[in-house]
Amino acid sequence: MNQVLQTAFEEAWITVGCVEDVPVLGSRVVKSAFGDIAVFRAADDTVFALRNECPHKKGPLSEGIVHGHSVTCPLHNWVISLRTGEVAGPDEGCAGVIGVKVEAGVISLEVGRLAGGG
Amino acid sequence: MTREKLLVVGNGMAAGRVLEHLFEADRDAFDVTVFNAEPRVNYNRIMLSPVLSGEKAYEDILIHDDQWYADHGVTLLKGHKVVAIDRDAKAVTTAAGEVHGYDKLLIATGSNPLIIPLPGHALPGVVAYRDLDDVDAMKAAAAKGGRAVVIGGGLLGLEAAAGLKMQGMDVTVLHLMPTLMERQLDPAAGYLLQRAIEARGIEVICKANTHAILGDTRVTGVKLDDGREIDCSLVVMAVGIRPNLGLAREAGLEVNRGVLVDDAMRTSDPDIFSVGECVEHRGQCYGLVAPLYDMAKVAARGLLGEPGVYKGSVTATKLKVTGIDLFSAGDFADAKDREEIVYRAPGVYKRLVLKDNVLIGAVLYGETADGTWFFDLIRGGKYVSEMRDTLIFGQSYAGAAPLDPTAAVAALPDDAPICGCNGVCKGKIVGTITAKGLTNLDEVRTHTKASASCGSCTPLVEKLLAATLGDAYSAAAVQPMCKCTDLGHDEVRRLIVAKGLKSIPAVMQDLGWKTSCGCARCRPALNYYLICEWPGEYQDDSQSRFINERVHANIQKDGTYSVVPRMWGGLTTAAELRAIADVADKFNIPTVKVTGGQRIDLLGVRKEDLPAVWADLGKAGMISGAAYAKGLRTVKTCVGSEWCRFGTQDSTGLGVKLEKLMWGSWSPAKVKLGVSGCPRNCAEATCKDIGVVCVDTGYEIHFAGAAGMHIKGTEVLTLVETEAETIEIIAALTQLYREQGRYLERIYKWADRVGTASIKAQVVDDRARRAALLERFLHSQTFAQVDPWAERVKGLDAHEFAPMAAIGFKEAAE
Ligand code: SRM
Ligand SMILES: Cc1cc2nc3c(=O)[nH]c(=O)nc-3n(C[C@H](O)[C@H](O)[C@H](O)COP(=O)(O)OP(=O)(O)OC[C@H]3O[C@@H](n4cnc5c(N)ncnc54)[C@H](O)[C@@H]3O)c2cc1C
Ligand code: SF4
Ligand code: FES
Repeated sequence: MNQVLQTAFEEAWITVGCVEDVPVLGSRVVKSAFGDIAVFRAADDTVFALRNECPHKKGPLSEGIVHGHSVTCPLHNWVISLRTGEVAGPDEGCAGVIGVKVEAGVISLEVGRLAGGG
Repeated sequence: MTREKLLVVGNGMAAGRVLEHLFEADRDAFDVTVFNAEPRVNYNRIMLSPVLSGEKAYEDILIHDDQWYADHGVTLLKGHKVVAIDRDAKAVTTAAGEVHGYDKLLIATGSNPLIIPLPGHALPGVVAYRDLDDVDAMKAAAAKGGRAVVIGGGLLGLEAAAGLKMQGMDVTVLHLMPTLMERQLDPAAGYLLQRAIEARGIEVICKANTHAILGDTRVTGVKLDDGREIDCSLVVMAVGIRPNLGLAREAGLEVNRGVLVDDAMRTSDPDIFSVGECVEHRGQCYGLVAPLYDMAKVAARGLLGEPGVYKGSVTATKLKVTGIDLFSAGDFADAKDREEIVYRAPGVYKRLVLKDNVLIGAVLYGETADGTWFFDLIRGGKYVSEMRDTLIFGQSYAGAAPLDPTAAVAALPDDAPICGCNGVCKGKIVGTITAKGLTNLDEVRTHTKASASCGSCTPLVEKLLAATLGDAYSAAAVQPMCKCTDLGHDEVRRLIVAKGLKSIPAVMQDLGWKTSCGCARCRPALNYYLICEWPGEYQDDSQSRFINERVHANIQKDGTYSVVPRMWGGLTTAAELRAIADVADKFNIPTVKVTGGQRIDLLGVRKEDLPAVWADLGKAGMISGAAYAKGLRTVKTCVGSEWCRFGTQDSTGLGVKLEKLMWGSWSPAKVKLGVSGCPRNCAEATCKDIGVVCVDTGYEIHFAGAAGMHIKGTEVLTLVETEAETIEIIAALTQLYREQGRYLERIYKWADRVGTASIKAQVVDDRARRAALLERFLHSQTFAQVDPWAERVKGLDAHEFAPMAAIGFKEAAE
């Protein structure tokens, strides 16, 4: 099967799955034509999404340990806020935050602006 | 004068409240007719649980009796269900075919209990928990005794369970999530709640996925996804509610999750209002009465043509099970821009969440007296910075001058309980410190018993020492595990054993963790300590593991993985090599490398391919080499007596035996072994965690070497004559390390800390101790030796390896 990239999403929000699909204190990856997105689920069931690239050296944040509303990058342990994408502590940088909507347990991501970078 | 006609569909708590407000404002505004599908007057639905438990009777929970309807000139049609609304004709039709016209209509149909369409869900003996009929059905079933299974560990499910237990049934609660009432409680409070529920003799099974309800003509049991079957004569499904909006939808009103209403509680039709659980307002649906009361006030005014504004509600939850005090309110999720204040004492857990110096959420367990006060603060949105330090102690201390934590403890009354285990209050501790001239924690423990049992009050006792002695007191410096606790690793391990703590939330609660769910430093450590202490009992928490141990491969700098199969003692075969070569070809694996540990590493494997790679390696008989594990890594060997002209013993064979015995074991840090066939030491055994150097007279056992960031030659543990005894001592040594080593502490550091003499004494000289250690190691291995790759090839944790979705790709035309 050949796949080509779309140039932009036709809709602003796209449904990607259910809250139950993501382990508590864990993460799942959504493959997108504009790069991978990591979808996280905190202990309190809040769902977040970030571009799956650590601001440090592009470590896959989806593979980190989730604690509170933060994730620790698996490569060199930078701690990144799930809410703002910002790096905690002395280090600096920001992972792209993607808008999340949860309705009746279904997760939608705000992909409308993804194509333009962001 | 002809009055306007108001029809009310549904006669629950919301409708009743609207009528009260309406009549209060104007008794004569409407000619009112109420339709109620239930064949009865309006009663207090939230008090059904005391009726079920037998603490109250139906008559005790009526809100409006027949007399009330008569007094207010309301026509109540009991048992009349409305089946259609004709908005053009402004009329409703009932199930019996009656048609009634209206000027204004109020829809208050509440919600329907959710029924999961499991096989068997329609069998007699399966009930929901919503109305008096359900309660009557449960009581009838309870009268016959037997076991009830309640599906759903939320508010309703637990109230049903407690009620059925009081009616004499055996009760099992099945809950899908890891902790009870997870929507209202954080995991710590959920854990305390579970203990309290279990203490009443109710069995609770979390992470339980119901597969089917069993029975031919009526319920006989329940089957779980894991195959377990539970015999029972009653199944209560309490898994949630859905707004009852069918009627509104068919009438063409705008609906989403609920019937859509504006701030005046008006639907998309200006003559139709709606209130209660059936509505959706500003994106919210509610399942508690407090919001309905707010809505009712606004709807009553709207009906009278003077629209008010409903702005939505902050909700608070209480569980109505006698003897369990639990309260939660507001938004208690934690986030970077929020602060939390946590207080724990035996059986008590309180957590407040602040944002920009305003209280936004609270979870209280065990002591809930301040719940309403906190709730008022949450709704008021007042700045609490002034009283921040004493806030958690509740209303009695608030408003006083700001105190530092020591002063706050000093301000507690003399009878404030400090040590719950030994029942020691503040006055006793302070009195003893002064009277006996105590100066440190140990002395306080000896003289008062405070903090001598579980130790979770240690921080409080230390603050009392500081408050009483002032500068004369300096706390002993124990390096805490992390910022979540004041306890050190050893203290935590000791308490896990002493208190029989068997889960991460249990440890955090009973040992007074300062954060609600730990951090990336303490969680992996706790997970290891629990695995080590309770083999076979503790359920591994994969989310508390570093990615490598979670997916059983090593993550690389570009997010791909490396795969290292075991090669026992460094031996391999043509078939294994062929399988490795085939896998490398089939999956386009870019790099194949011989490791420093005498085996082969496949580098650059895509995560999605891991299970398939393992499946192929597994077919050739290979298992995970655990190259990622805080556990046994490699056993390097040399050729030994089998081939080498200098070999004194079969070092290769011994290496293979050791690896077969020890693979799969988890340890504080990685463990690497080496076995050399003679003192030429070609397997570099003298810089390993554990090494064996074979000599003519037997086996020289070494340990505590290092060749990573530090270089250190091993120390000799002992010399033994037989291979069997060598294996025995090495297993016992490993177990001692597993039990004493701090997380991430390699063997050489552990040995340095506890002293090699004490280790020798325990595993070499003290035969009984050695045997006991060996036995514990072997017992633990019976659970640990499961090849993680094979498990995942069979489908375990499949979600780890597959993306959740792929978006934005189009298929190209061929
Ligand atoms: C693959 C390998 C290098 C190689 O290509 O040969 C290797 C690769 C890594 N080593 Fe190593 N070590 C490898 C043999 C060694 C050895 C030699 C040995 O085992 O005889 C040592 C010295 C002995 C020792 O363990 O101290 C060694 C000392 C380390 C250390 C330092 C440990 C220390 O306490 O000082 C680290 C860092 C750590 O563990 O924190 C490390 C960490 C790593 C990590 C796991 C780095 C990481 O966290 O990603 C590398 C993983 C690569 C991968 O994906 O496979 N590796 N590493 C070797 C795998 C052996 C195997 O078959 O399992
Ligand atoms: C066991 C139990 C315990 C609870 N405990 C608490 C608690 O502690 N605290 C709390 O805040 N909340 C609690 N609740 C929730 C609370 O009871 C509800 O939020 C509240 O009753 C909702 O009121 P309502 O008027 O919207 O719906 P309901 O009270 O359900 O009333 C709706 C009524 O409409 C009738 N109806 C539906 N469709 C039609 C139709 N087409 N024609 C005619 N009639 C119709 C129904 O038969 C029902 O009588 C509890 C609920 C239960 C079941
Ligand atoms: S020495 Fe080990 S940790 Fe360092 S680069 Fe080589 S493999 Fe990686
Ligand atoms: S890539 Fe994330 S910490 Fe280095």
